[in-house]
Amino acid sequence: MIAVIDYGAGNLFSVCNALKYLDIPHSVTKDADEICRADAVILPGVGAFPAAMESLRATGLVDTIRENAQKKPLLGICLGMQMLFDRSDENGDCDGLGLIAGEVHRIPSDKVIIPHMGWNELVITQQSPLLEQIETPVYTYFVHSYQAFCDEKNIIAYCEYDGKIPALVTDGKFVFGAQYHPEKSGDKGLQMLRNFERMAK
Amino acid sequence: MLAKRIVPCLDVRHGKVVKGVNFEGVKDVGDPVACAAEYNRQGADEIVFYDIVASHEGRGAFLDVVRETAKQVFVPLTVGGGISSVEDMRNTLRAGADKISINSSAVKNPQLISDGAEIFGSQCIVVGIDAKRDGRGGYTVYANGGRIDMHVDLLKWVTEIEQRGAGEICLNSIDTDGVRGGFDLEMLKAVCARVRIPVIASGGAGKLSDFATVFQETDATAALAASLFHFGELTIPQVKADCRSKGIAMR
Repeated sequence: MIAVIDYGAGNLFSVCNALKYLDIPHSVTKDADEICRADAVILPGVGAFPAAMESLRATGLVDTIRENAQKKPLLGICLGMQMLFDRSDENGDCDGLGLIAGEVHRIPSDKVIIPHMGWNELVITQQSPLLEQIETPVYTYFVHSYQAFCDEKNIIAYCEYDGKIPALVTDGKFVFGAQYHPEKSGDKGLQMLRNFERMAK
Repeated sequence: MLAKRIVPCLDVRHGKVVKGVNFEGVKDVGDPVACAAEYNRQGADEIVFYDIVASHEGRGAFLDVVRETAKQVFVPLTVGGGISSVEDMRNTLRAGADKISINSSAVKNPQLISDGAEIFGSQCIVVGIDAKRDGRGGYTVYANGGRIDMHVDLLKWVTEIEQRGAGEICLNSIDTDGVRGGFDLEMLKAVCARVRIPVIASGGAGKLSDFATVFQETDATAALAASLFHFGELTIPQVKADCRSKGIAMR
């Protein structure tokens, strides 16, 4: 069973629609015990970093998520991915979950359109169970104005947008983050969610 | 590199696709959910639903269509037609839309763009425009499906749309719409030169090469078509293959 953290994130329903479609058992929850019992955790997220962190803190789940991320797969999606990092300067400085070393800043280009919105190609730099059974080229759907800055060892795939944007990241153990929306990235995105479920077993 | 998008648009009336869609394997050609699923299978990068009646009574059935589609189709879904308040936007997003398209209601009440962008984020506010040459070398904006001249200059309007925080513009040229002679390259160029937000080309696609042409000649980031795809004259894989063969990035 996958616990999908319920803290009012905008893409919660589309993530759940995708899990339902794939027949992946899941539960939308803000209950610490349920998260502890789950095989894996998904942290969705859309919107602004500080507001989302505040909503997440209000659920009282920050420590539960941090502890569970040491022993079972955790997938952060979009803003949920950004929240895995140490901090962001979106609308002022704000601490994140600190599960992957790095920071989140505005996409530093004045040449390309911000937000980075649309289908971009993943440049895969590391093998990952999340990308199994997915043929290249892999285009996924992005919508964001801020991006992660982290060590290359944490990057599984990036995309080119007048510079490298980390697209799929990991702590090297249980924690994964997708800057794009697998739940809106067609069949290949759905396969990533299937792969994530397989990792949970 | 960001791919250019091919976007089919489905006009819906009372919960059914207007005129129907001619797909092999889709039995109920009027079923919007089945049509959207087929476009998803073909590789559509985004799907647009447009409520052409947009009556208060028909709203529930239309949102049911959106809700059902969101359960089966996992590419971005843009929904337009009859959205004239923040409350309408909220209901449409809750039904599963990823983006909301507003057109006449934005011309009549531009504050709606600002409010929508502030509450739901720029990324989900698309402003649709129906525009036409004014006979004096410029373009003017129309409302109500191209029926009412709003006497608003197109280039001033797109600047305002961007300043108010819209995430995208969907530009439909009344001059080329339905003519099938290709997209309105001139109008698109004029608009793309004015704004930095993405512009979707709409109106006029009639043959395969029209799609590659619009991407080669203008900065449009997406191309939208309806009947051309519905009646199976062209399929999305054909269009994408043609664009790819000309060096245009496609998913």
